[in-house]
Amino acid sequence: MHANDLLLLLLAFAAAAFYVGRGRANHIAKLAGGSRQLHSLPDYHGHYTALCCGLPAVLLLILWIIFSGHVISAMVLDSLPAGQFLGDPGGRELLANKIANIAQGVLPKANQPAILVAAAEELNRLTQISRWSVTALASCVSLVGLIWARSRITPELQSRPRVEASIKYALFFCACVAVFTTFGIIFSVLFESLQFFQSVPVVDFIFGLEWSPQTAIRDDQVGSSGSFGAVPLFVGTLLVSAVAMVVAVPIGLMSAIFLAEYAHKSVRAYAKPALEVLAGIPTVVYGFFAALTVAPFLRDFGQGYGFSVSSESALAAGLVMGVMIIPFISSLSDDVITAVPQSLRDGSLAMGATHSETVIRVVIPAALPGIVAGIMLAISRAIGETMIVVMASGLAANMTFNPLDSVTTVTVQIVTLLTGDQEFDSPKTLAAFALGLVLFLITLILNIIALKVVKRFREQYE
Amino acid sequence: MSKEPIYLEKIQRSLVGRYRTERVFRGFGMLAVSLGLAAVLLVFVDIFIKGTGAFSATYIALDVTYEKDLLGIENLADQRQVNSGDWEALYKQALRRDFPDIRKRGERRKLYALVSSAAGYDIKDRLLANPGLLGSKETLWILADDDIDSYYKSWLDGNAYTARLTDGQIRVLDTLINTERMQLHFNANFLTRGDSREPEQAGIWGAVIGSFLTLMLTLVLSFPVGIAAAVYLEEFAPKNKVTDFIEVNINNLAAVPSIIFGLLGLAIFINLFQIPRSIPVVGGLVLAVMTLPTIIITSRAAIKSVPPSIREAALGMGASRNQMVLHHVLPLALPGMLTGAIIGMARALGETAPLLMIGMVAFIVDIPAGFMDPATVLPVQIFLWADSPERAFIEKTSAAIMVLLGFLVTMNISAVWLRKRLERRW
Repeated sequence: MHANDLLLLLLAFAAAAFYVGRGRANHIAKLAGGSRQLHSLPDYHGHYTALCCGLPAVLLLILWIIFSGHVISAMVLDSLPAGQFLGDPGGRELLANKIANIAQGVLPKANQPAILVAAAEELNRLTQISRWSVTALASCVSLVGLIWARSRITPELQSRPRVEASIKYALFFCACVAVFTTFGIIFSVLFESLQFFQSVPVVDFIFGLEWSPQTAIRDDQVGSSGSFGAVPLFVGTLLVSAVAMVVAVPIGLMSAIFLAEYAHKSVRAYAKPALEVLAGIPTVVYGFFAALTVAPFLRDFGQGYGFSVSSESALAAGLVMGVMIIPFISSLSDDVITAVPQSLRDGSLAMGATHSETVIRVVIPAALPGIVAGIMLAISRAIGETMIVVMASGLAANMTFNPLDSVTTVTVQIVTLLTGDQEFDSPKTLAAFALGLVLFLITLILNIIALKVVKRFREQYE
Repeated sequence: MSKEPIYLEKIQRSLVGRYRTERVFRGFGMLAVSLGLAAVLLVFVDIFIKGTGAFSATYIALDVTYEKDLLGIENLADQRQVNSGDWEALYKQALRRDFPDIRKRGERRKLYALVSSAAGYDIKDRLLANPGLLGSKETLWILADDDIDSYYKSWLDGNAYTARLTDGQIRVLDTLINTERMQLHFNANFLTRGDSREPEQAGIWGAVIGSFLTLMLTLVLSFPVGIAAAVYLEEFAPKNKVTDFIEVNINNLAAVPSIIFGLLGLAIFINLFQIPRSIPVVGGLVLAVMTLPTIIITSRAAIKSVPPSIREAALGMGASRNQMVLHHVLPLALPGMLTGAIIGMARALGETAPLLMIGMVAFIVDIPAGFMDPATVLPVQIFLWADSPERAFIEKTSAAIMVLLGFLVTMNISAVWLRKRLERRW
């Protein structure tokens, strides 16, 4: 039986178990003299029975789904005579895929080696066996659970605390999904990066000055040894982010100050959400805007004044990225500025300071930790931003601090390295994961510091 | 006492400068806000100007004769004859008849190239829908090639774009324009078809369906889990290290660059779990993981806004914690959670980078029919078209962006409406 059908069957069992359990509880209640004699309401006994019936069986099914494919394919591969896949893990995976394709009829059996066809048939046979056995086993487990739970129902059975405890565990599990995700990210990025660092030393990667990830497909190809020095990418990323921050910080901060301190309530009510529209526009739209409107405009504008501006300049990408980040900085700064207690302002104004003097000498210094944290979050966003730079900046890894030149960034390289047709284990694709690791660590550090600062700032004024 | 007037005088004198600084500062603030708003306006106007053209397409009127000999078809009911029929011969013949003085082979080929390569299929559909027409003659509006479309639209604007056309083609086009046999019609293809290499045949429906399927899955996966996590953290979690750790994780995940989630999807879902690439299932999984922190954070805010008196009243009446949460807190917090979910979905709808990592960038013509069919999504379609060299795709890209923005605006407005409608003030 297929996994989906089996899952439905088990859910049906559990639903039936609910009615069995509740019926049993009602019956016992009647014998004992009314449902008030029960510790828990009949419904809870029903839920309890359903849980005992369904939960172990479904867990069993999930384990089977996760492991059976790998186990079966490993069994089939081990049954093949040695030397079929030359010992390297990539070849093993390819072979497993091929056998699976033959087994599913994607590849016609006719022109395949007999040994593979036999392996495919073996695969099908084992899959059948494992499907039937899991169906039988899971059904047995759920029936045993049902009978056991039903036999335990007595007026004293404390079903409600048990059901509620299991709900609490389920909720806890859901809360832990975020933790699993973090570990998943670390695991996936770190694991591939370690593989990458076996072929390219860490020092060469972090301090190397040349980036050209074209590795040779054949050994006799010339000029394509591939060098993985990531410094040009870091420089490019910093350059684009710096341009973005030069645009976003003054505009964002000044807007926040104006909207929080000066603007009339009605102006604020419209201007704030209108600015936040900028944050809701998808990044791919900004990328298109940068590549097709801003970059050509800057190029022509530069030509008019005798500058040579690359049509994939860091300036265009940075400008547009800055526009994207404006609402980010303005709304975070707005939050912290409005959180500064009014008494500070009143004190300053009472001493005869003008409004702007109050803002510059009192409000901003008081809000500074929060503002700095907001800017750090914005920088982490700029570094991790992908679509704008993918569409508007280039692929050439130039080492330059001139924003009119074309540069490439970490995220651009991750995308280009992973969207081509690549063998998964080549250093080229693994390099993308190493870049991802760097990106993750940098943004993680920025985020942790920023969130800490914000938290301390909030506590200070609350 | 005698010094006082001097101080006052000093202050009086400095006031001019200080008030000027005040005005300048205020002006800078206004300037910043206006720059931000101008940027919003600029992006929207730019996209709008570039994109409106794509909602109409150029059609050419041709007198098509449904000749049996030309088609090589005797009986329209015979599927094999219909499939092997030379449908393109019909419009080719019409073009030859209209421009008899074009005789050279190369020029003829240029003449045929005025019409979209899909025109034959359109004629076939027309005839199959009205079999009675076989043997008769009628004037059909036939879809023009994308270069002709660009030419005609730019000609209408008074600045004809001729770069990709030969002089002979331009003469033919001018004849067609002068005899009013060239018109702009509503471009239904754009809204109903899948992707295509030919700009005039490309549509966004495939991407819209792909986005819909992916988002459905994202919602189904992330909304329940997000609510459950929020309920746990707000109502059940003890104050200890584990809870702190979970909270730190959630807050950090909300700020992790989206492309990292793509790497996660590639390494875990595709390489480890062996889920096929390019399908809505894997896209939905990645986006669900990505939007989960947002949903948890907004749901927590919604739960927090339910006043403690409700909880105390429920507990005081003898409800258990579960009953209190399930019967009282959750229903009251639900509107806020829904708003959060819609905003989270809007973010997921606009997300591109992680989907590039998991192979949703493939060129897919067919409209996906289910969660396991290869699909692409709207933003990725926009990315693909923006990368295409054909000039006509600029228009398509902008129009696709308009559609995407339309969806986003609708979602956000409905979130605001929902909040206004269901919000309760305590």
